Amino acid sequence: MTQEYLPPVTTYGLLPFRFMRLDRDAVLLTNDWGEFKIIGPDTFERFIHKQLNTTGTDYLDLRAKYFISDTRASDHLRVMASKYRTKKSFLEGFTKLHLFVVTLRCDHSCPYCQVSRQSEDKTRYDMTPEMAHRAVDLMLRVPARAVTCEFQGGEALLNFPLVQDIVLYATERNRLIGKLINFVICTNLSNLTDAHLLFFKEHNINISSSLDGPAFLHDHNRPCSRGSSHALVEHNLRRAQEALGQENVSVLMTTTKESLAYPKEIIDEYVRLNLGSIFLRSLSPYGFAAKTMKAIGYSSEEFVEFYKKELDYILELNRRGHSFVEGYATLILTKILTPFPNSYVDLQSPAGAGFSAVAYNYDGEVYASDEARMLAEMNDTSFRLGNVLDNSYEHIFFGERMQAIAAASCNEALAGCADCALQPYCGADPVYHYATQGDMFGNRASSGFCKKNMAIIRHIFELLRQGNSETEEIFWSWINQANREEMKLPKVPWLSN
Amino acid sequence: MAIKLTTYGNTVGLSRRFTVRLTRDCSAGTMNQPDMALVVPLARERADLTQYKSVAVVITDSSALFDRLAAAGIPTVRVQSTEEFREGHIVTVEPGSGFIRTIFRPESPHNTIFTTDRCNSNCIMCSQPPKEVDDSHLVEENIKMLSLIQTPPEYMGITGGEPTLLGPDLIRLLEATRDRLPNTHIHMLTNGRLYKDLAFVRRIADVQHPSFVSAIPLYADVAGVHDYIVQAHGAFDETVEGLYNAAEAGLAVEIRIVLHKQSIPRLKQLAEFIYWNFPFAGHVAFMGLENMGYVKKNWEDLWIDPVDYMDSLSQSIRYLYLRRMNVSIYNLQLCLLPQSLWSFARKSISDFKNEYLEVCSLCSVREYCCGLFLSQVNRHSKHIHTLNSA
Repeated sequence: MTQEYLPPVTTYGLLPFRFMRLDRDAVLLTNDWGEFKIIGPDTFERFIHKQLNTTGTDYLDLRAKYFISDTRASDHLRVMASKYRTKKSFLEGFTKLHLFVVTLRCDHSCPYCQVSRQSEDKTRYDMTPEMAHRAVDLMLRVPARAVTCEFQGGEALLNFPLVQDIVLYATERNRLIGKLINFVICTNLSNLTDAHLLFFKEHNINISSSLDGPAFLHDHNRPCSRGSSHALVEHNLRRAQEALGQENVSVLMTTTKESLAYPKEIIDEYVRLNLGSIFLRSLSPYGFAAKTMKAIGYSSEEFVEFYKKELDYILELNRRGHSFVEGYATLILTKILTPFPNSYVDLQSPAGAGFSAVAYNYDGEVYASDEARMLAEMNDTSFRLGNVLDNSYEHIFFGERMQAIAAASCNEALAGCADCALQPYCGADPVYHYATQGDMFGNRASSGFCKKNMAIIRHIFELLRQGNSETEEIFWSWINQANREEMKLPKVPWLSN
Repeated sequence: MAIKLTTYGNTVGLSRRFTVRLTRDCSAGTMNQPDMALVVPLARERADLTQYKSVAVVITDSSALFDRLAAAGIPTVRVQSTEEFREGHIVTVEPGSGFIRTIFRPESPHNTIFTTDRCNSNCIMCSQPPKEVDDSHLVEENIKMLSLIQTPPEYMGITGGEPTLLGPDLIRLLEATRDRLPNTHIHMLTNGRLYKDLAFVRRIADVQHPSFVSAIPLYADVAGVHDYIVQAHGAFDETVEGLYNAAEAGLAVEIRIVLHKQSIPRLKQLAEFIYWNFPFAGHVAFMGLENMGYVKKNWEDLWIDPVDYMDSLSQSIRYLYLRRMNVSIYNLQLCLLPQSLWSFARKSISDFKNEYLEVCSLCSVREYCCGLFLSQVNRHSKHIHTLNSA
């Protein structure tokens, strides 16, 4: 007859995990690669005191998710290492996002932008072709098989000849190297011409633009010297979508104090313009003058309240059958619900600065991130990695400066993060903490980054716990970038009606 | 209708075991081959066959012809009926016992290479319990069979027993498969335990058959339950290691789950375990029980009516489907599944052991349904019923 194979386990060991009490009835356990389990407080007590019934469901569930080991812990190393490697695979190939600040000149004067210049002086605020070529050479030296070359400003289209020059130079140099180069241009679209579109089409260049909401809000946030920025965006967005295809044109939204009062209006505007998704972005609150801060700024708590309202409204839209995606929630959901990473550089550990992204400024200076070069405009060059004309690849990416940044880039090793249950879903941000707290490592107790992200991640856990199968379908349609209908179990083709 | 693949006959003049391809064509060109068997039905017993001495065996249902050929010294088998012996089939014929097994049918999508009766596991629901025998001759026989195939099939299974027990001979067999059937999808059923040896897995990968999948069973997300089901200590850890080795070597894998009383309690957790640990699996198959071998003996330990586990199955399938994994249901009848799962159900039961019940005859979805195993005809879910125009 059959033999018994459930070994008589008398004791068990705990594998590394982090935990957090979500509420009175729930304790969240997570491990390094983001697998999680929510258990009741009584079970939690029995679990940590090694008093679980070793044939019970709780015990087996925790064992299967590698919170418990009842053999040698080393037996599980292969599995755990594989999952950890998969979750951190965004690091493969090193820095993939290369930002080229082709000019600081801009026809907008958005209060939340610290860098743009209202100037006709091309020599002072434009990148030179020589600098651009050296930056392209650096980009093509990273080991990644695919890199993204993103044009930034100022308004990048005000220096279109350099954009063209960089695309042609990079394409030519890449002929022997054979990387996949994704070109993206960030533009406010205010002076978009047919010649621009023709060039974008010819070289597969995607557009990333900005839309902060309906006209009254957008124009309030984004004053433009050419007239209503909103009218220009609406008109040119449509032209761009027609010329390049809807999937190759995206828009970003920045939240200001003014935005907080209009959560529905912002989403409705995106829906009206046939945009299928939004990425709810908070301000990067670096170095504004006190007066500006008072005009446009808000606390983390205020942003989180706004974010929850937005997310509720977006979910409601989806429930009513209108597919619409929120980008920030999607990337957190991907971290929580899948074994895979995503490529978003602003919520990673190690932090994206230098590891995943690098910014080549208009003057040839290299910064660890877009925010780092904004800091530099306020005369703080703490995150300057070097200069494209003077410094080698090794100096820029592996020099002392980068090493100092790297030391503060892993939330696994940051006080306040290291033992936080949300650590695998969150990130580190040395630039933010330096700018707001004067210290790259930062103090979590008063960190706005921590407040905001913990609240948002906890909220998403709450939605997951309360959600029904419909919420689950909506979330998975976001994660899979698929239509909601594709999430429903398919019908057989031969079944009538 | 199930098809008969084995029979016994009377033999004369057979000096050894033969692997031969069947033909009914008596023209000399066809017959001058030592790897062919000539099938002569009763109706053609008068044909003059004495000139075809180079044929390996003659198979006939005519006593008169059998006597004539015996007298002429031509190796012959007399069978009850030649009806099942079709053109292009490949059979093995044993001297003495006269046992004939059809091992390849070009028209069937269910051909398999049977590698061995031996196994290193002893699953409680094994439909074909292992035997500790020396069947190493099967290797040459299978390689011979591959060389005789004229029309490569779309699919070919490799099964046992446990094929990986062949060790280096498995590599030879796979090389022959690659050379003879490069455009056939090869699907090998293995418990994956010997895949714990990465060097061995790499040798399999190095054969580089263009379409080779290892179908590996995983019955639970925890060692105790899986090891109990396969009746082998350490099997779970070996199979998990094996799956990772397969992925590392670039071998495509499918994961198979047999649904019964022992595997159902952790089915949902198993789906989670598969997604989190083996997201690289190209296919996950949930399989209904076949009432053969040990299943009869362990019935009480195994049987649970599919209707009673349908919630767990639905949830597991939906879990994997949302995560974009490729999922199938094998061996479960459409009348037991909610319509929402119908698109996952495959006609999975091999033609030679496939049956339908009387209640199926008027069923409106019979043509899309896998039907039953021959072995289930008298013992199956109480809930099988006729569906009227769905």
